Amino acid sequence: MAITEAPRIVTAGMDIPDSHTLEAYLSVGGYEGLRKALSMNPEDVANEVDKASLLGRGGAGFPAGRKWSMLAPSQVRYLVVNGDESEPATFKDHMLIERMPHRIIEGALIAAYATQVMAAFIYVRGEFALGIERLQQALNEAYAYNAVGRNIFGSGFSIDLVVHPGAGAYICGEETALLESLEGKRGYPRIKPPYFPAAIGLYGAPTVVNNVETVSNLPWIIRNGGEAFSALGEGRSTGTRIFALSGHVRRPGNYELEMVKTTFRDLIYAPVLGGGIRSGRELKAFIPGGVSAPWFGPDKLDLPLGQDEVGANGSMLGSGSVVVMDDHTCPVRAAWRITHFFWRESCGQCTPCREGSGWLEKIMRRIEEGAGRSSDVDLLLDVCDNIAPELGWPPQQTTICVLGPSIPSSIVSAIRMFEDEFALHVKEGACPYE
Amino acid sequence: MGHFNSEVLQRAKEVIALYPNPRSALIPLCHLAQEQDGWLTPEAIEEIAQLLDISPAEVAGTASFYDMFHRKPVGRYLVSVCTNIACMLSGGRELLEHVSERLGVAVGGTTPDGMFTLEEAECLADCGSAPVVQVNHRFFSSMTPDSFDRLIEDLASGKLSDTVPPHGVLNRVRREVGLQVPLDELISQRTAMSQAREERARAAQQGQEGRS
Repeated sequence: MAITEAPRIVTAGMDIPDSHTLEAYLSVGGYEGLRKALSMNPEDVANEVDKASLLGRGGAGFPAGRKWSMLAPSQVRYLVVNGDESEPATFKDHMLIERMPHRIIEGALIAAYATQVMAAFIYVRGEFALGIERLQQALNEAYAYNAVGRNIFGSGFSIDLVVHPGAGAYICGEETALLESLEGKRGYPRIKPPYFPAAIGLYGAPTVVNNVETVSNLPWIIRNGGEAFSALGEGRSTGTRIFALSGHVRRPGNYELEMVKTTFRDLIYAPVLGGGIRSGRELKAFIPGGVSAPWFGPDKLDLPLGQDEVGANGSMLGSGSVVVMDDHTCPVRAAWRITHFFWRESCGQCTPCREGSGWLEKIMRRIEEGAGRSSDVDLLLDVCDNIAPELGWPPQQTTICVLGPSIPSSIVSAIRMFEDEFALHVKEGACPYE
Repeated sequence: MGHFNSEVLQRAKEVIALYPNPRSALIPLCHLAQEQDGWLTPEAIEEIAQLLDISPAEVAGTASFYDMFHRKPVGRYLVSVCTNIACMLSGGRELLEHVSERLGVAVGGTTPDGMFTLEEAECLADCGSAPVVQVNHRFFSSMTPDSFDRLIEDLASGKLSDTVPPHGVLNRVRREVGLQVPLDELISQRTAMSQAREERARAAQQGQEGRS
């Protein structure tokens, strides 16, 4: 496999100076997708997106077109763009918000037109201060350009768009928690069913929630047609996608690549991508799709970057973020840090998650700090089994949202792949990497 | 007399007007309060409650869910050091130790001169440039102990005051226009447009039937 000649879709134009301004965006065909969409029937716009078979880029990978078609009939409906990127090691939306805010606005407006909603909100993670400023600036420009507001481009279609800041809570990336937060409440995920806000969403009205990267694809899809998009990639994983590469590689960063046609080996080792492992070391393990995903060893390097391909191998492509760990990495410490994160970010509604994350964090910490017991690995697996019974993939659900069942991923992976290193911590009474 | 100054009060009212339900403005209003005071004071909570017509307990109970709202004073500069997985693999923990030593405070502490508060952050989403530090939620990437020391000097000397406003100032770009189209008007517009589309489709179908 190799790196293909696929066009850049969501990062196109990002390298030109001041790419966040209207002037720069117009120079790369900005708002032409919206103009074209407004000349079409809303149903036809939605059909193009269906043909593209665009999978959501937030983490769950649900087809965007289907999300739209599930929208319950109602006089009042809403669109919310999810820019609350907080999955550890994921940093693509942050980049798009700061550097390509107009594309997000254009995509949101295309989605709003296709779904005929009454208002649209872009929820941006609170910690993205510059991103919030850039997006607000872009929105001000878009209003002055008549790309948003009353009678957009003379089409007769009107809609308002609001940039809404979050305030620091990982769980608000979960779409029902995000809606609670947007309603001015604590970010508690809502009980399912209903499984989708398309039935009951913002203020109880049918609502579409789409990720920042997902809507950033829409201008290209409308300009070039859904079939041009689905011609890229393979199977269900169509188009391109941003892979956020971090950890022990020479060239960490965001890379927009054609889905399926590229492998993890390409991403990590190709000189124009990751450039290989830093400091001449060897690969020990990698996380293929955000810290909620089970880890892979070097034997999985030749898997393609595709949703179903990764899913069939017991993990997920998730948020598209790949974390690389070299052979000097302590797997206990890595898994402990991830567990520590989930413990801090558990919203506290469900017992398996709230209590389980705390117990797991304590046990992992004591092993890493040299106070582990020989029975601790069994205890860890037992607690994990209480959160996600049978420890399979995808995990079984014991809680309102998927945060809880995501907690065991890193611990179970570390134990299955490196159980001898847990034993070594206990035997030596210290972390062997210290 | 309220707690918000007239400018902040004006902005608060503009923000509330953007939402179908006033309570949606709760988080933006807490940010505005922190912009005025540097932290979320009990007086601000009272005023936000009045503006949104809910109880102060509801405001406090919501705000306490979110890491960015500080119910106690913090320094002029909030220094957030990420130690989550990507930063950890690139020396984030060691950086946090250095920062703590350099500032002379533990995590959660504020320097005696009120300049710096230190916090350990979860992933800040800039992992391609790990390890990452934020000051008042402005990014400083690929940090080393040396570059952190220079950053602290530049902050203390005021060299970075354009990039890093005082703690609490989140968004310096104001929304220039309010909502352009009232909801009632939108509903009738949407209904009229969908009827027009249906009529066009019917006419097109009849035209086709006429030709065949």
